[in-house]
Amino acid sequence: MTNHDNSIRISGAEAVIRCLLEEGADLVYGYPGGAIMPIYDELYKYQDKLHHVLTRHEQGAAHSAQGFARTSGKVGVAMATSGPGATNLVTGIADAQIDSTPMVCITGQVASHLLGSDAFQETDIIGISTPVTKWNYQITKAIEIPEIMAKAFYIARTGRPGPVLIDITKDAQFDSLDFSYKKCTGIRSYTPTAKLCNKSIEEALELINQAKKPFVVWGQGVILGNAESELKTFLEKSGIPAAWTILGLSALPTNHPMNRGMVGMHGNYAPNILTNECDLLIAIGMRFDDRVTGDLNTYAKQAKIIHLELDPAEVNKNVVVDVALISDCKISLQELNKKIKTKVYPNWIKCFDDLDKIEYEKVIKYDLHPKKEGLTMGESIEMINKYSKNDAIIVTDVGQHQMVACRYAKFSQTKSNVTSGGLGTMGFALPAAIGAKMGAPRREVVAVIGDGGYQMTIQELGTIFQQQIAVKIVVLNNDFLGMVRQWQQLFFDKRYASTEMVNPDFVTIAKGFRIKAKRVEKRDELETAISEMINSKEPYFLEICVEKEDNVFPMIPSGASVSDIRLE
Amino acid sequence: MKNITYTISVYAENNVGLLNRISAIFLKRHINLESFSTSASEIPDVFRFVIVVNTDADRVRKIVQQIEKQVDVIKAFYHTDEETIFQENALYKVKSSSLFEERHIQNIIKSSHATIVTVSPEFFVIELTGFREETEQLRKDLTPYGLLQFVRSGRISVTKAKMGISEILNKFKNTK
Repeated sequence: MTNHDNSIRISGAEAVIRCLLEEGADLVYGYPGGAIMPIYDELYKYQDKLHHVLTRHEQGAAHSAQGFARTSGKVGVAMATSGPGATNLVTGIADAQIDSTPMVCITGQVASHLLGSDAFQETDIIGISTPVTKWNYQITKAIEIPEIMAKAFYIARTGRPGPVLIDITKDAQFDSLDFSYKKCTGIRSYTPTAKLCNKSIEEALELINQAKKPFVVWGQGVILGNAESELKTFLEKSGIPAAWTILGLSALPTNHPMNRGMVGMHGNYAPNILTNECDLLIAIGMRFDDRVTGDLNTYAKQAKIIHLELDPAEVNKNVVVDVALISDCKISLQELNKKIKTKVYPNWIKCFDDLDKIEYEKVIKYDLHPKKEGLTMGESIEMINKYSKNDAIIVTDVGQHQMVACRYAKFSQTKSNVTSGGLGTMGFALPAAIGAKMGAPRREVVAVIGDGGYQMTIQELGTIFQQQIAVKIVVLNNDFLGMVRQWQQLFFDKRYASTEMVNPDFVTIAKGFRIKAKRVEKRDELETAISEMINSKEPYFLEICVEKEDNVFPMIPSGASVSDIRLE
Repeated sequence: MKNITYTISVYAENNVGLLNRISAIFLKRHINLESFSTSASEIPDVFRFVIVVNTDADRVRKIVQQIEKQVDVIKAFYHTDEETIFQENALYKVKSSSLFEERHIQNIIKSSHATIVTVSPEFFVIELTGFREETEQLRKDLTPYGLLQFVRSGRISVTKAKMGISEILNKFKNTK
């Protein structure tokens, strides 16, 4: 039925589906339940237009939506019912908030007349999700749906992206409304991107011109702002060496000459040491997280600092800067690139080369070409590089394997590193890999996971099989919660409290989920197994039994200075 | 850095849940609020929060950045006491008998410039608007005479400097 103003009379539930389609969302991760059944009923009717992926746990839905957002650059959508369905999304929402991932979560809620009555599966998800969402809203009337959904997508993807939760009461899903859709183009209380100040561009250029030992550290802002080519131009013209935070990884190809590796707790030796020797630090789309800076009282104190940042609340939050370029870093870099002078810094670059040699001799050599019998995580990653031709999307969980993968995985394209950075969510990788593959279906997606985190969301193997998502799953099994064990060894006199794991037969479990699976225990089996895995057209599980008590180095002990980085 | 009193003024949309969002910013940093009040502002449909905290300059700046970051917040400011005009309001409920039996109480009321709001055979209520020290002094002075109830409002404050909220809203309207 079409009304005179081009609107049609439909149910709130159908309106939700139409809003998703209007926003270009044709993929939803979720789990049904009582309070969201009207929406699922509409999903059934719209299944040819909107694909719903039934995960095995709502946390899996949230992480899958995150993985999708990270590789596709679009807004991920997750859906759950009220109560436990909604609370199970919270870890994923918190992860998306701290890692600035655009996501819209839709939760069902008890009927509005029951709100506050402790009804079955009622929970205050608005209250619970407030500190971990960019915005949230409870819809109690069907008529609100189009405007609020439009706002939700606008807020999730603009400015510094983040998760938005929309809670919809069951009566609002059942009620009908005259539906018409208008995309949101602005909110008067919300400024997504500040206008760049020309004076600060001049000041920044002046500092760059004066610098003898300038250094760039970039973060995920470069990827979120689609500023990869601007960054590349900036580095090539200016001749400034650059390093990345864990979430900035893959914005610049690994083999680019200006790419000097990772900063932070398990980052590379040279960029950490030289952070405290540079005379100008240019921070691009990063937020000076404590895992990057170590002790703030000794962090880059000798240097002038320029901060290219979209979010004004991040400026002068952890590190006081000399010049702030508050805008989208794509715009700021374009402005800098117009006037930046072409320069080279051979002596300064040599400092990086010299320290790289030390790191190679003390750490990398043994990680990648071990002399010992046991397999290392490093050589496993190196073999994945070889067979994926340095071009896979690597999805990692949290812990030792994550640090090793980020250190040694090689990348040719952007949006290829998907990991839980800020929140450090174990259990992230397996469901995130589902989304990552669906967000970039033509790319090879390899999930690298530890034996601990793998067991936190292992049930998503069911989703992978049902949907036939051709992800490759590598579990680097050391029968330990390796990173915690490493800390226990180094800082708690080897008291291995609850870190040793008696693991199940992972191959049997994968086979139980009807996924092809293999285990590797010896070096001479590794290459064939990885080659077979990469060449598989189906999902594939590979367990690599690695050395039990290997440590990840270099390492900046918690609270120490970046220049106190340890190699052993 | 030294802790002093700051008045945070927030201009925001009147949306359910924003109060929660703002208080969460303080909760997360383990900062206690000295007072909190909300009301309409000079602009139709725009709400104003006045929050008083005792903290240092660095922390208050970061808190206000976080508040302003919230989608429903139009603008947030922070000011020292010198930069604002502020008042609090207090109500005192006293036994009526003491008004007649204790002559001194009449002098206290007179000298404090409090006004009598209501009088009944059992009790009377007086009101005082002023600085914290003034309402506090009156509370102390009345306590010996049987203070039945006492309540004080949060600080309300206007700034000496211009806020410029209408300009922000007009600018938005014009770019649409």
